[in-house]
Amino acid sequence: MADSDQLPVIYDPAHISRLYVAVTLYSINHQLYLCMKQFIIASAIALAVWACSGNNSSGNADNSNTTSSEASGATAGYDTARGTGRFTNIELSPTLDKAKAEAGQKVYDVKCAACHKLTSEKLVGPGWAGVTQRHRPEWILNFTTNVDEMLQKDPKAQAMLEICLVRMPNQNLTDDDAFAVLEFMRQNDGVK
Amino acid sequence: MKTFKTSLWLLAVAFATTYTSCKPGTTTAVAGDAAQKAYVPPGQHDEFYNFVSGGFSGQASVYGLPSGRLLKVIPVFSVDPEKGYGYSEESKPMLNTSHGFVPWDDLHHMELSQTNGEIDGRWLFGNANNTPRVARIDLKTFRTAEIIELPNSAGNHSSPFITENTEYVVAGTRFSVPIGNNQDVPISTYKQNFKGTVSFIKVDQNTGNMSLAFQLETPGVNFDLSHAGKGPSHGWFFFSMYNSELANTLLEVNASQRDKDFILAVNWKKAEEYIAQGKGEKRKARYAHNVYDEKTHTAKSEILEEVLMLDPVQLKDICYLIPCPKSPHGCDVDPTGEYIVGSGKLAALIPVFSFTKMQKAIADKEFEGEFEGLPVLKYEAVLHGEVQKPGLGPLHTEFDGKGNAYTSMFVSSEIVKWSLKDLQVLDRVPTYYSIGHLCIPGGDSKKPFGKYVIAYNKITKDRYLPTGPELSQSAQLYDISGDKMQLILDFPTIGEPHYAQAVPADLIAKNSARIYDINENHHPYATKGEKEAKVVREGNKVHVYATAVRSHFAPDNIEGVKIGDEVYFHVTNLEQDWDIPHGFAIKGANNAELLIMPGETLTLKWVPEKPGVYPFYCTDFCSALHQEMSGYIRVSPAGSNVPITFSVGEKPAENAPPASE
Repeated sequence: MADSDQLPVIYDPAHISRLYVAVTLYSINHQLYLCMKQFIIASAIALAVWACSGNNSSGNADNSNTTSSEASGATAGYDTARGTGRFTNIELSPTLDKAKAEAGQKVYDVKCAACHKLTSEKLVGPGWAGVTQRHRPEWILNFTTNVDEMLQKDPKAQAMLEICLVRMPNQNLTDDDAFAVLEFMRQNDGVK
Repeated sequence: MKTFKTSLWLLAVAFATTYTSCKPGTTTAVAGDAAQKAYVPPGQHDEFYNFVSGGFSGQASVYGLPSGRLLKVIPVFSVDPEKGYGYSEESKPMLNTSHGFVPWDDLHHMELSQTNGEIDGRWLFGNANNTPRVARIDLKTFRTAEIIELPNSAGNHSSPFITENTEYVVAGTRFSVPIGNNQDVPISTYKQNFKGTVSFIKVDQNTGNMSLAFQLETPGVNFDLSHAGKGPSHGWFFFSMYNSELANTLLEVNASQRDKDFILAVNWKKAEEYIAQGKGEKRKARYAHNVYDEKTHTAKSEILEEVLMLDPVQLKDICYLIPCPKSPHGCDVDPTGEYIVGSGKLAALIPVFSFTKMQKAIADKEFEGEFEGLPVLKYEAVLHGEVQKPGLGPLHTEFDGKGNAYTSMFVSSEIVKWSLKDLQVLDRVPTYYSIGHLCIPGGDSKKPFGKYVIAYNKITKDRYLPTGPELSQSAQLYDISGDKMQLILDFPTIGEPHYAQAVPADLIAKNSARIYDINENHHPYATKGEKEAKVVREGNKVHVYATAVRSHFAPDNIEGVKIGDEVYFHVTNLEQDWDIPHGFAIKGANNAELLIMPGETLTLKWVPEKPGVYPFYCTDFCSALHQEMSGYIRVSPAGSNVPITFSVGEKPAENAPPASE
């Protein structure tokens, strides 16, 4: 398994292809024992990589079969209060939906409790006491349903990762699950 | 300087010539664009999945094409420490047979399920040759979902080929044996007492579940390979057979005497008619049927005791024999369903039979006689034609869907492309070395995808860096999109690949499961959340209900285990994210380790033998704090009064029970 952290610059394909060509040229002049076949293959690969690195879209028109993700970082206009994801504007009732909070606790027990306490004590992740005062509901919903993109882009999520050093697992919450967990968090923070 | 450079080039060319010529048969130039054709850039996916049998490893392997990258080894008929298959309590029943637990078998052929003769991407079948079985692998999870044993069988080789809607998977006996009540007979009574069988396993169209529908009792020959009819020949199945001499010793010589052996044509729709009329005999048998339940993450094995046997000598019109030169091996049906290619492995030609002519010959009763009570059709009456001088040792044929056939030639170590229409050889390329099977994506279905042919070779020799006496197997990828086949890649394969299948990635990738939904986990020992983590003593059995999440176990401090106890670690991975398995290993385990997928529960049995404190830990790197993912279990002497306790973090877990004694 691998984390989806951005690769260091040394793995830039363009960089490698230039290196490859340089090595190949070096070989022609100095390594006479290099078999012709290997040279042809190496050149072909070098050319192929070179060609691809010049135009990222040429080898892969629709990009649908790539797995790499581009880390773009927080851009201008990024809403740090709400984060990134499907939730942009949520109005919550001032009172608690008890049934929903109960459903949220069930999700919490299975998917969250191993790492988050209900007090302010940090376990693997931060304790949940006061979480609904620290973050807007949109941010909480986006973080719980869109973990990987949030960890990649969101300054507050990234700051927490620097402290906890364990990426919050994407626990595959449905939107309903996420709203229920939010309601449970609100209950934990004293909403009646 | 110029002279110097020129001489360097000459020297290089001279060296290259020497270098290549010291490898016999490798003088064919690899064309300059080969690397480009096989190159899949980092981060991009292959175009095809290639499912390759692992032969004597007992497993199936999955490669990406055209890169030749190994994507996965799927454990099927052998235990696999990497995944705990055959070691975890949940998976042990998969390898149960009527002979007990068989930890290692020989997986020969792969076949993908089809609908209307086209690959549908649902299941992959494999056959165990040694202790005869057929396995079904679920391509959503890439796990072995079911294994059925075959009674009255030995050496299940001509398997697991399927009918065009996966109605049946077949199996035929490579070794005939005495069957029935009296099996303790002199080997010299082979001709009287030894029988072959051909089995038809019914596949449930919705669940994929397999059941042994019926067997045909046949003469004591050796069945080798098979393929179903398709389109117009749907309803028929064709099996190659050798040893029509009925020899029981030195088969190398004694089973190669006759000029022709046979292809057995089976009209399975006719067999179904007889069964509907109540024909056939229910016979006692003993065979295992093992099913993996995705909800409980647990396999169950049951022993079945009856099989329906049909006698094709009595029940006419099920079986006909087509004479086929010299110990036929491959038996392959072209995409139209009209041509049946028999590859006589000792013949210097390839006979191609016509289904239309076979139907006519049967109607006109053009028989040349009988073999052991079965009618033998006239060779010429069924023959479409012969491919003359194709090479030496034809084994298998695949099709490109453009009217061409590709036959592997073991003895002359080459692939030969020929035309189905006029049976002319069009092209040939060497393989390195001694090709066995070959595969074209969809190449045995109604809809081949063409583009590549892959050679699976029997001999590797000098193709890769030497690794001592034992070498991995060698495969080659050829581009067949043009008139000429072009070698573009060498890649090593595990075990000994026999047959393989390849399919466009889209058909499989889109259905691939990423996690096991923890809410659908119905394992009886699942722990859904740390709140439920506990340790329970039941007599001398101690059940640890444990959870794993990045990056700790709960509980991770356990006491109260005593010598004489059997400890069952039931570990549930609470993660619900793709590619976040956790491992579980404990010091001194003389069984294995676990590798638990997200949402899954698996059980490791551990019998401690000495008092002390034993660490356990996660074996699969899971986070920056993976090294911290560990715990301790204390083992006290037999009769000790240390109570069962368990905890995670500083405080004992909330529902820690009082001392158990």
